[in-house]
Amino acid sequence: MEQLKTIGRELAMGSQGGFGQSKEFLELVKSIGEARSKAEEDRIVLHEIETLKRRISEPDIPKRKMKEFIIRLVYIEMLGHDASFGYIHAVKMTHDDTLLLKRTGYLAVTLFLNDDHDLIILIVNTIQKDLKSDNYLIVCAALNAVCRLINDETIPAVLPQVVDLLGHQKEAVRKKAIMALHRFYHKSPSSVSHLFSNFRKRLCDNDPGVMGATLCPLFDLITVDVNSYKDLVVSFVSILKQVAERRLPKGYDYHQMPAPFIQIRLLKILALLGSGDKLASEKMYTVVGDIFKKCDSTSNIGNAVLYECICCVSSIYPNPKLLEAAADVISRFLKSDSHNLKYMGIDALGRLIKISPEIAEQHQLAVIDCLEDPDDTLKRKTFELLYKMTKSSNVEVIVDRMIDYMISINDNHYKTYIASRCVELAEQFAPSNHWFIQTMNKVFEHAGDLVNIKVAHNLMRLIAEGFGEDDDAADSQLRSSAVESYLRIIGEPKLPSVFLQVICWVFGEYGTADGKYSASYITGKLCDVAEAYSSDETVKAYAVTALMKIYAFEIASGRKVDMLPECQSLVEELSASHSTDLQQRAYELQAVVSLDAHAVESIMPLDASCEDIEIDKNLSFLNSYVQQSLENGAQPYIPESQRSGVLDISNFRSQDQPEASMHGLRFEAYELPKAPATSRIPPASVAPSTELVPVPEPSYSRETHQVASVPSISDAGSTELRLRLDGVQRKWGKPTYSSPTSSTSNASQSTSNGVTQVDSAANVNSKARHTHDSRKPQAEITPEKQKLAASLFGGPSKTEKRPTSASHKVAKASSHAAEKSQAPKAAVVSNQATLEKINHQPPPDLLDLGEPTVTNSAPSVDPFKQLEGLLDPTQVTSTVNHGAVGATEAPDIMALYVGTPVGGQSSSAENSLPSNSYDVNLTSELSNLTSGTTNAGATLSTQFTKGPNPKDALEKDALVRQMGVTPSSQNPNLFSDLLG
Amino acid sequence: MIRSVMVMNTQGKPRLAKFYDFQGFVLVSLLNVDCDTVLCSRAENVSNFLDAASIFGPDSSLVYKHYATLYFVLVFDSSENELAMLDLIQVFVETLDKCFKNVCELDIVFNYSKIHTILDEMIFGGQVLETSSTELVKAVEEISRLESASNSITLVPKSVSGWRNR
Repeated sequence: MEQLKTIGRELAMGSQGGFGQSKEFLELVKSIGEARSKAEEDRIVLHEIETLKRRISEPDIPKRKMKEFIIRLVYIEMLGHDASFGYIHAVKMTHDDTLLLKRTGYLAVTLFLNDDHDLIILIVNTIQKDLKSDNYLIVCAALNAVCRLINDETIPAVLPQVVDLLGHQKEAVRKKAIMALHRFYHKSPSSVSHLFSNFRKRLCDNDPGVMGATLCPLFDLITVDVNSYKDLVVSFVSILKQVAERRLPKGYDYHQMPAPFIQIRLLKILALLGSGDKLASEKMYTVVGDIFKKCDSTSNIGNAVLYECICCVSSIYPNPKLLEAAADVISRFLKSDSHNLKYMGIDALGRLIKISPEIAEQHQLAVIDCLEDPDDTLKRKTFELLYKMTKSSNVEVIVDRMIDYMISINDNHYKTYIASRCVELAEQFAPSNHWFIQTMNKVFEHAGDLVNIKVAHNLMRLIAEGFGEDDDAADSQLRSSAVESYLRIIGEPKLPSVFLQVICWVFGEYGTADGKYSASYITGKLCDVAEAYSSDETVKAYAVTALMKIYAFEIASGRKVDMLPECQSLVEELSASHSTDLQQRAYELQAVVSLDAHAVESIMPLDASCEDIEIDKNLSFLNSYVQQSLENGAQPYIPESQRSGVLDISNFRSQDQPEASMHGLRFEAYELPKAPATSRIPPASVAPSTELVPVPEPSYSRETHQVASVPSISDAGSTELRLRLDGVQRKWGKPTYSSPTSSTSNASQSTSNGVTQVDSAANVNSKARHTHDSRKPQAEITPEKQKLAASLFGGPSKTEKRPTSASHKVAKASSHAAEKSQAPKAAVVSNQATLEKINHQPPPDLLDLGEPTVTNSAPSVDPFKQLEGLLDPTQVTSTVNHGAVGATEAPDIMALYVGTPVGGQSSSAENSLPSNSYDVNLTSELSNLTSGTTNAGATLSTQFTKGPNPKDALEKDALVRQMGVTPSSQNPNLFSDLLG
Repeated sequence: MIRSVMVMNTQGKPRLAKFYDFQGFVLVSLLNVDCDTVLCSRAENVSNFLDAASIFGPDSSLVYKHYATLYFVLVFDSSENELAMLDLIQVFVETLDKCFKNVCELDIVFNYSKIHTILDEMIFGGQVLETSSTELVKAVEEISRLESASNSITLVPKSVSGWRNR
């Protein structure tokens, strides 16, 4: 035992020469490997940075030492720390003559810098020189750097050299030169536009690798402009044919497939070229059909090619035979056990469904399996598919599913996405308005802060306008059902702001409309809202306006209004608010309440939110007032265009109209300064030449002239000097002229502000809604899955199911919320709530609902928390979980010791064990794995089982332990899956 | 286009990070943490694909493969084929295995520049350049041979195996 340990240490010492790095670097790696927390790691790295900062700037560092410093810098940067102090040394290293150092330098700069870094300018020269080097490795390294570091400004500096390299005798260089040109094309398409023919030429390169590389830029070019490459269809088809017939050298075979990556790329290109082009497509049918037949569907890469074939088939002009073959492959994918293939199958189905919608039906059960799969990725892909196949007959089921899933996840990004999908589908296919409102309520309730505000306005508009038919009874029923549902929801804590705005607005408009609820009840609710969300000014504004509306309706209908005391205090509080908007609304409310019924009715007509308000742009009602003022000796208003000193301003406007119309900041760069001769001419001398006026380019020097000439213009108002006015006028002139008019119009608008604001906001046209109410008799199928399948694919059988599930869901949601309100923010409780939620669900949903909520319930970044979650998903809710792990831990570790085949190593394993995270990891592993004996917990123990040279493996293993590098293993058979 | 190649171990320590559209170093660490939490939360026996739009911006998918203690991660946009990317990881690992004879995490830590050389031969400017692992090994070996030939300073063996065979 002791001996073995010593040997291990000696090996580690010996290794220092072996790895070519100094002791310090090894120490660094080792200590970082042993760091137990991010903080500790950071401390180590910061210390390392200090050391490097000091040492790297010492004079006369040997080159080899410098190389090591650079590598250490790269390592530090990879760990997420700033190593910018050393960039300049990396740049210097690229100037070195030795290949190794030069390559290291290039590697470091490509990792450190991006293409607009200041130091690039120091490298361009070196790159230029290296591109001409005799040594092809130097050329390759330089090309690497070119790809990464050259931006559109520096492209011309290296472009000629790179183009020359297209004819280099080494194929590796030719390949990289093509890729570099491709990169240039990405950065600035115009810079290489004259070189496109070179890509075509390289397609006929002798080396298949170069040909394959050429496909990358061609793919991009074809994506942009299909038509100019139609002539290449024949060449692509023949290349693909040759590849598929194994005419390429054996070296390109991969897992018995001939050059699969080239095949995939060619198929992608063919898909583009054949899209919507029958003639071109017909040339492809044979070869694609051949590939379908030849592809080996047992290997991963074979399936990749098959998938690409399906994509191609679904993109080109349809051919029944190929579609059939594609459908066969899809069904094979979907039936497979591999999640990857299922995923591809779902994706392929989504593509094919556009061409032949009937294909989905035979796979309905498989699709539903995927929908209920615990794998989130697969589930999301399936939702994508469902989104594509939504019709008015199955929209209810699909949207219900989506909302359920939306509620269950914590990932805000995807939540936003799926919420917008729900809204989109609901707007497009809603079978009834009632359903639409219910759906929207759910979306708002759970993802309200994430959806676009327009959606809320659409909803308000829909409630206000009703079905668009002349059925007033149905409309008012719809409204009262909306009011009712909102009254139910309003009590819940923490509703999203957007949703509250909708609720307040609906209360204001229709809260008392059906006479079911008294004004004081509704106003009480509104006051509660304003009080509960007192930090949200928009909500408060909506609430106050709603209050005003309700009081106005009350007054208009002749009832006596007595404000609730809490309303009174709210209004008083708001009239002293910091927000002028709230203040104004509060004062308006007070003013309206004190008016008589007739006046109120004319400002606040009942249910008139969708009526158009006519705006008198001429402000003719002010005419008499203006007349009166004029008679009293006021100055008449002079239109802007007629004012003296600015006579020509309209000319200016028309000349550079686009610029004048947008007054904001200018983001485009100033043009480069002109030759000094033109700009140095004093303004007076240029004055008479009116032709200069329209010149739209404000050069730098001229700008200063304009500023200088301002006083003289305003003094004299002389027409000559207005030549130079273009910039100045816009900046200084306009606001002062327009101020008197604008203020009056503002005032007149603001009186109606309370009413108009909402209406204009809601002015977004909602899409035409299909009102499909064709309810067909329900088909009785017992298994729930089949029912779902039928509702998704067949359509007719779901009408019965939906209402019950909806009410069920409301109950569930409220219980969930109640749970939350007891102890908000406590993760454990919320987990219980989710459990509660699961209990409400029908059994098949248990798995897929439970899994994501549990793993996502702790959104902290700590990966080990996640590991705990993985340990046993069902246990996470219990608070004792941690203790339980600790309890089971010890025996497992004991087992580990006993099981370790090489006794000597166990001590070093012990060293690394105490780290907490590791324990969790281990235990989870041990509980998962049945064969505990080989699982020594170290990376390399695997080599006992596999390695052809067990002795080497042993040494390596010992070394790793000495280094303390991540001794843990989930899969002891290292890379066995690699070769198997 | 391939956006990024990353290798990290099961404890979330980055072992290799290469980005083909530039990300600052701060972002790199964030991405690593994000990726790590996402990956670790994945159960076994699920697909190797992830929708990475929330981490890497729109139109990006992520494919990962788990070998022993390491996650190999590729991030790319919609112009690439997911299954093919999975095989690209396979090619990469096969090549590493051939270059290092039983590659392990330690090889990746200590042969930083060689790993990058392999990767540069395979993926260039975000495009797949070479996919045959024998070709890759040939190219890499030639590079190391030439490097050592042209090098005045005493060259160190490039891999653990080299050291072991002494």
